[in-house]
Amino acid sequence: MPYMMGGFPDPETSIRIANAYADSGADLIELGVPYSDPLADGPVIHEAATSALAAGVRFEDVLEACRAVSGRLPVVLMAYTNMVLGSQGPAAFAERSLAAGACGVIVPDLPLGEDEPTRDLLNSAGLSVVPLIAPTTPEKRQTEICRLAAGFVYVVSTVGTTGERNELPAELQGLVAGVSAEADVPVAVGFGIGTAEQAAEVGRISDGVIIGSKLVRLVADADGGDQAVAAVSRFLEQTRRAMGG
Amino acid sequence: MKVESPHVPGRFGPYGGRYVPETLIPALDELVAAWAEARADPAFSEQLAGLQRDYVGRPTPLYLASRLSQRVGRNVYLKREDLAHTGAHKINNALGQVLLAKRMGKPRIIAETGAGQHGVAAATACALLDVECVVYMGSEDIRRQRPNVERMGLLGAEVVPVEAGARTLKEAVSAAIRDWVANVETTHYVIGSVVGPAPFPTLVRDLQRVIGDEARVQALEAEGALPARVIACVGGGSNAIGTFTAFVPDENVALIGVEAAGDGVDTDRHGASLSAGRTSVLHGSMSSVIADDEGQILEAHSISAGLDYPGVGPEHAYLRDTGRAEYVSVTDLEAVSAFRELSRLEGIIPALESSHAIAWLLGQGRSTEPGYDLVCLSGRGDKDLAEVIGLEDA
Ligand SMILES: Cc1ncc(COP(=O)(O)O)c(C=O)c1O
Repeated sequence: MPYMMGGFPDPETSIRIANAYADSGADLIELGVPYSDPLADGPVIHEAATSALAAGVRFEDVLEACRAVSGRLPVVLMAYTNMVLGSQGPAAFAERSLAAGACGVIVPDLPLGEDEPTRDLLNSAGLSVVPLIAPTTPEKRQTEICRLAAGFVYVVSTVGTTGERNELPAELQGLVAGVSAEADVPVAVGFGIGTAEQAAEVGRISDGVIIGSKLVRLVADADGGDQAVAAVSRFLEQTRRAMGG
Repeated sequence: MKVESPHVPGRFGPYGGRYVPETLIPALDELVAAWAEARADPAFSEQLAGLQRDYVGRPTPLYLASRLSQRVGRNVYLKREDLAHTGAHKINNALGQVLLAKRMGKPRIIAETGAGQHGVAAATACALLDVECVVYMGSEDIRRQRPNVERMGLLGAEVVPVEAGARTLKEAVSAAIRDWVANVETTHYVIGSVVGPAPFPTLVRDLQRVIGDEARVQALEAEGALPARVIACVGGGSNAIGTFTAFVPDENVALIGVEAAGDGVDTDRHGASLSAGRTSVLHGSMSSVIADDEGQILEAHSISAGLDYPGVGPEHAYLRDTGRAEYVSVTDLEAVSAFRELSRLEGIIPALESSHAIAWLLGQGRSTEPGYDLVCLSGRGDKDLAEVIGLEDA
């Protein structure tokens, strides 16, 4: 389940990247909507968002990428609360996202307790609100989050923002097992996964592996669109192989 | 008048809340509980009150500024937060929060700073209470508030330059929140104003309300009546909330918050989030924010680093909507000229932030109506000398 920043490094290349993800056999794309103040994100994704916004990328450009691939595989948007509320409110956000073929949305700064009535509104419009569970989330809260989950549950692997980690915490397996026992929907793990080996390891204990910063960094470091597409394709193919798929 | 919505703690009407990554939620819950417990503990209150008296120098004086009063047209009293230890009101909050963090067993403190006053206050409290301190500061603010950077170093704090965006306060807060997300188990985030996710706006208000609590008693003693107007500058809004809170139930006292108009509120270079913002989320709470039609936060501008912030505490947005407080703004030029004028009239060099409140009184706020005014002089201006003198040379 690869992540990409919509409109980065430019809208046209970002559509090519989305298609490359689909070609590499991704099960789902997590499509980031650039935001000026992404508090859940580490430096790589933050910089990509800043650069996209500086180049004038708007929500419509992200939806364009969504439209381009939503016929090929499911697209889940990753958007901060301000994007969802926008100037026209969550109903308009849902309508535009659904019209572009998105099936869900992850809102990393809309935790349980702040998410009503937005969550109900989006879910009943047909845009699944995928909740996050962190290693710090207490058990009772985990249960409640799982009960309200739509689409899948996103388990945050480590305490911290997005970004590659050398090692994944030992407690991850227990956390994922606990969440899987509570949730009726699939459980995916993200944050910190930056190598094919880590992806394989996480793939063995969960239903989905989300790779974000690593891929965004490959795009940021590439010299032009062709190189970016080649780099992400190569990495996703390695990952597929390591995961035995 | 009840200001906090009674049924939803941490909400002020539609504003406030905690729009933060899930990872932080348990820490915020823990903070709510720890603060409730500390406030109920007489030993904690005594320790804090003792330090406020013997270390900070509270109560700060309420001073009748006679020459300023002549210019304005009626009596003006200055609440002298500039005389508090470290030179600004920020110490009231920093000391309380670091004490609380110690009580919670957190060995590491992080803070953000704009003008450097909150950073200095946090570093001071950490030196006093022997806790590790890391301060995030935008590199543009490091440039324009150099003396405070040096003070933090002397006090033993580590200052981390933040290079993102406009390299000012907004980015410093974001960097501190990201650090907190990564180190939440060992770290307490001493936020510097009445902003951020709940319970911070309430916690910081509780610690800053000492300004108004003291000033109300002092003002009644001096004049035998309440002031007609209570005035304070508004960046994140902590000195203003701290001054206003005691007067909120006094319906006849006008509460006036002065924001930074920068080059003008009708330009795209200002910091007037209440006068020219829209309802959005910034740094974990819903408030009035300078943002575009898609919810992207825009850069603020003010000559004063402490007011150079596109957001404002949620309680101010609520006080604005309910009409209980009024928010006005003054430009960079007006603030600088008030900075000079107060220095010459009263022998008090005000912080550029506080100069905004003075500037409003000397300009749009002039009045010869009966009654008198009370202004929070939130800090001293030594830190701003280079910036203001640089303007002269330009
Ligand atoms: C002296 C002084 N006044 C005012 C402010 C603005 O903050 P607040 O609005 O939270 O009082 C600052 C912030 O750095 C300050 O240093």
